[in-house]
Amino acid sequence: MIEFKNWAARALVSAVAAIGLTGAAHAWEPTKPVEFVVPAGTGGGADQMARFIQGIVAKNKLMEQPLVVVNKSGGAGAEGFLELKGAKGNPHKIIITLSNLFTTPLATGVPFNWRDLTPGAMLALDQFVLWVNADAPYKTAKEYIDDIKAKPASTFKMAGTGSKQEDQIITAMIDKATGKKMIYMPFKGGGDVAVQLVGGHVNSTVNNPIEAEAHWRGGKLRPLCIMDTEKLTYTEKVTDTQSWADIPTCKSAGVPIEYLMLRGIFLAPGVTQEQVDFYVNLFKKVRETPEWADFMKKGAFKQTFMSGKEFADWVGKTEAMHYGLMKDAGFLAK
Amino acid sequence: MEELNNLMHGFSVAMTLPNLGFMVLGITLGILIGVLPGLGGANGIAILLPLTFSMDQTSAIIMLSCIYWGALFGGAITSILFNIPGEPWSVATTFDGYPMAQQGRAGAALTAAFTSSFVGAFFAVLLITFLAPMVARFALKFGAAEMFAVQMLTFCSFVGMSKEPPAKTLAVMALGFALAAVGMDTVTGTLRMTYGVTELLKGFDFLIAVIGLFGIGEILLTMEEGLAFKGKSAKIQLDVVLKTWAELLRYWKTSIRSVLVGCWMGVTPGGATPASFMAYGLARRGAKDKDSFGKGNIEGVVAPETAAHAAGTSALLPMLTLGIPGSPTAAVLLGGLLIWGLQPGPLLFTEKPDFVWGLIASMYLGNIVGLIVVLTTVPWWAAILRIPFSVIGPVIIVICAIGAYTVHSSIFDVVMMLVFGVFGYLFKKLRYPLAPLVLALVLGDMAESSFRQSMLLSQGSLSIFWANPLVGGLMALSFVMLLWPIVPALKHYLRSRA
Repeated sequence: MIEFKNWAARALVSAVAAIGLTGAAHAWEPTKPVEFVVPAGTGGGADQMARFIQGIVAKNKLMEQPLVVVNKSGGAGAEGFLELKGAKGNPHKIIITLSNLFTTPLATGVPFNWRDLTPGAMLALDQFVLWVNADAPYKTAKEYIDDIKAKPASTFKMAGTGSKQEDQIITAMIDKATGKKMIYMPFKGGGDVAVQLVGGHVNSTVNNPIEAEAHWRGGKLRPLCIMDTEKLTYTEKVTDTQSWADIPTCKSAGVPIEYLMLRGIFLAPGVTQEQVDFYVNLFKKVRETPEWADFMKKGAFKQTFMSGKEFADWVGKTEAMHYGLMKDAGFLAK
Repeated sequence: MEELNNLMHGFSVAMTLPNLGFMVLGITLGILIGVLPGLGGANGIAILLPLTFSMDQTSAIIMLSCIYWGALFGGAITSILFNIPGEPWSVATTFDGYPMAQQGRAGAALTAAFTSSFVGAFFAVLLITFLAPMVARFALKFGAAEMFAVQMLTFCSFVGMSKEPPAKTLAVMALGFALAAVGMDTVTGTLRMTYGVTELLKGFDFLIAVIGLFGIGEILLTMEEGLAFKGKSAKIQLDVVLKTWAELLRYWKTSIRSVLVGCWMGVTPGGATPASFMAYGLARRGAKDKDSFGKGNIEGVVAPETAAHAAGTSALLPMLTLGIPGSPTAAVLLGGLLIWGLQPGPLLFTEKPDFVWGLIASMYLGNIVGLIVVLTTVPWWAAILRIPFSVIGPVIIVICAIGAYTVHSSIFDVVMMLVFGVFGYLFKKLRYPLAPLVLALVLGDMAESSFRQSMLLSQGSLSIFWANPLVGGLMALSFVMLLWPIVPALKHYLRSRA
């Protein structure tokens, strides 16, 4: 009986506390499960990050309502974006983006633009690394690039994720730098792409760090250069001799290519500022967890955080950059 | 035998009381997930994944992989009882499983399916235990050309299967390919046949087509025949399990062949669906009485179930050793591994031996637990058929609709399911075979992209399909399979001339 009383008292206290909290805070909070749309298939980089965030939110109880990951990958992600666009004023739907936020409407002509959504926050930027098989003779990016230049066009094969998306855009930039066209082979996911390189079916890939990390550690792949203005800052050794920070920039290797991919959150159009603030704060809390720090380290992400106007300006600039790159490469929808 | 020591250590990890409890829980949840068409192992695991974050890593993966086994077992139940494949790889099971149920042999069909699943999975686990590193290297040999050769082999081993005129088979196959082509073309990055309709962007999902064509189509047929369920007369015998086992022993050749097909297709990312079709095709080829297939031959249940499970299980191997998931469910499990801070890949076996060997040991235990659970429930499942159709029919339609909705959370898919249902009914009335359509819809997309990737690699030369012994051998085998049906005719012709 004592036990029961104890339990009842505790329940009463927590009920009162709960009422007190909601009464005091007034801030908007989700009132039903939040759908976390991934405009890509299961197992890819965006999907991994979304499921990871779902895990952190659940484990650390950062939100009362559950966060549910839903994959809407149809039409290179257009399915997911159009769903958000159509969910005007619905605060219980958010979407994680990758570069297909820009590339899909430009390449397919699907009626959608990021301005149709409400920008939430930038979570991180994903890097691109030029990889070759560890058995290949190239030790530096320069050796590889020189060999591409020396051989006839279409000798070298590059595998990448999707068509007319970031991997092929980068390949087109490399083509431009070398003056020789490579054969580009599209695959469905980044994991498949890395395995094609491990199996020696292609010469190189531009996998994101997290997609190729295990193969690098296992001595199967070799990173040549990183497509950013500066080296990475993760100095912990990945292999016996190298860390992410040891990979030179492609620019220093004579291939002036910079490309970073947005990992950001967008909301449906027509949501209130209060609702946007809730999610921005939620993701701030996610970023403060130790699990997130580990994830960033493992995937060698660039940990830039932006929200509000700063974020919208960045997205606008990046969209213009994609338009230019895709126009040069002839990838725009006719 | 280092592997044996590791495995024994693994058993000591997996054999704790809470872990065994998680196994039973996982299997039960998995069966329920497998029974609901459309929900599927991948979705089920994705939904339950967050629940496991507060659990111990090893217990969590044991429970999740048991859901996976359970879903594999459960997929067969609706295929046999209602002609509704709960999972893509159960389609081939409906070909003979459903006729068996209609003849009142649902219990035997279920027992055969569960037992074969167990056999397939068990051999695949043995493969994982002893050959993991070697087999993983083999998977790496598969480039685009090899993938296409495998898909070609699947198509070819299925040729000549149908008793209907070849023109009808070709017509439905072409329709299947056309449906598979809708949506994003991964090779050129442009949209095909979407006509500006948002809902068509994602293409036609195989599961929705199958639920409609098979499930709803079948219900329409039953309604026409006066609301009678043919399996109604099914007697519920408790000794059905033992009787069926005695019968199954005769099909050991089919089992071995299907295990080999399954393991091979699971390790190379061919997957469980092609494996089940291929095994069914091969079983029919090898059988003396070919005409009994499709009319309730128990061998037609044994072959696809064995292969599907061998493939589903061995699909975990490339995930653990290479970090490439061999199936969508494995992809979601992969996400789980990352959240627990485990990086699948070549080093997982050496860095986290407890985890890996605990998982492998749980595969053995999970399958045994699963078999016991499903076999004890056989009479219950079979008893469902005794419920009057006027009660069970609407329930099936509701379950189908929920299933179709779950695939992409889209109401448009439910409408599509009904459209496919009407087509399924018409096709059956006009005697067009459904199997080639389904096969083309499942594999058409994959075969097309591997073919075009190969063509990109070779700059348009077909010689890439004979470039090395592996791909050349697969292609040669495909042609043998393709020409096989005309061999007897040829013999007959030669003899008549002599």
